[in-house]
Amino acid sequence: METLETILAEIPVFHGLKPEYLALITGCASNVRFTADQFIGRKGEPANRFFLIRQGRVAVEIHAPGRGVLTIQTVGENEVLGWSWLLPPYQWHFDARALCVTRALALDAKCLRTKFDKDPALGYELLLRFSQLIEQRVEAMSLQLLDLYGVPEDVPR
Amino acid sequence: MSALPLSPPDPMRPVPFRVDRVRAETHDTFTLHLRPPAWLEPFAFAPGQFNMLYAFGTGEVPVSLSGPPGTSRELLHTIRAVGSVTRALGRLRRGDQVGVRGPFGTPWPLAEARGKDVVIVAGGIGLAPLRPAVHELLEHRDAYGRIVLLYGARTPRDLLFSRDLESWRGRFDLDVQVIVDRAAPGWHGLVGTVTALIPRTPLDPEQTTALVCGPEIMMWFTVHALKSRGFATSSIFVSMERNMKCGIGLCGHCQLGPFFVCRHGPVFPFEKIGPTLLIREL
Repeated sequence: METLETILAEIPVFHGLKPEYLALITGCASNVRFTADQFIGRKGEPANRFFLIRQGRVAVEIHAPGRGVLTIQTVGENEVLGWSWLLPPYQWHFDARALCVTRALALDAKCLRTKFDKDPALGYELLLRFSQLIEQRVEAMSLQLLDLYGVPEDVPR
Repeated sequence: MSALPLSPPDPMRPVPFRVDRVRAETHDTFTLHLRPPAWLEPFAFAPGQFNMLYAFGTGEVPVSLSGPPGTSRELLHTIRAVGSVTRALGRLRRGDQVGVRGPFGTPWPLAEARGKDVVIVAGGIGLAPLRPAVHELLEHRDAYGRIVLLYGARTPRDLLFSRDLESWRGRFDLDVQVIVDRAAPGWHGLVGTVTALIPRTPLDPEQTTALVCGPEIMMWFTVHALKSRGFATSSIFVSMERNMKCGIGLCGHCQLGPFFVCRHGPVFPFEKIGPTLLIREL
């Protein structure tokens, strides 16, 4: 039978996690659903939850005065939305908006952080895994800054 | 008495082709539809090859063929207007003439890929040299396994061949994924770099040939992502762009280590060309 625990175990960021840790994390998880265009997080709001997307797609957006709204990343199936919950001041850095009906598992950050305080090994394990996600995101952003599709200077024109 | 066969054209002498149509693809990219002179029809080429296009009075540039391959009465070249020659080509109108030399260079290894899966990774204008390959693969669809097209561009307004992309996405035998670096609201597709699609896409590295085209930096990171997925560099093919002048490996302008890109390329197996890309002096 499909339980929250079995679903969590299939999400790449939790692959290979000890069953007892999965059980602890499951205690902080719940199913959520967002309609198209619904905001999941807004810049500056408390990052009390993060999400594991099961179905649908979410745009991570920046709204800058005079520049309008820009989508800088999309998050889809089996991917993680949000890592601001890990680090003080626990606030969203970007807006996150569902592009279509989106189903996800929401993880209660306060609940998890309390469990990390009680079991630092669990906290360390999760921090390692999320550090990799953050590294991947930084790398992806570097590639976006590199302008991969721009015309090189030295080609015939 | 049968007519004497026509001599092949001198590869150094441009042949005047007539412009049939100039089609705007994006805000800075257009496709020239060229008609060869009757004596040169049909004009045969293989996917991946290029012609030297001469804007009379301005200069000559290498441009890949972007239309359906084989023999054709009309040649398509998709060009981004970024310099004096490409801008001059963009100012041409129906009935004008362009000097054409070619076709030159090595094609995509589609015959070698028969019986295997094919993943095509294109970035920006790099979809143009791969478009004839997509046509060819679909023309002989049964000869290949799974076919995947991953295409990245800066923004939605930079996407080339949007009608083709819509038509290809509608097929059940072709997996097409499009991603842009950044987008304004209204875009419901993926946002990120094309390299981000590679870890998410089901691929069997042992059974798949990868065809990659785009700016060199994009190809470099794409190859890195493919290698991380388990691809051997012998299964990855890239199309190189260099300062090609003669087109036949004589002048040396496009030399890259031991290769002349115009003659030994532009399509290379990455295992052959990869090491030269890391040499700072080249």
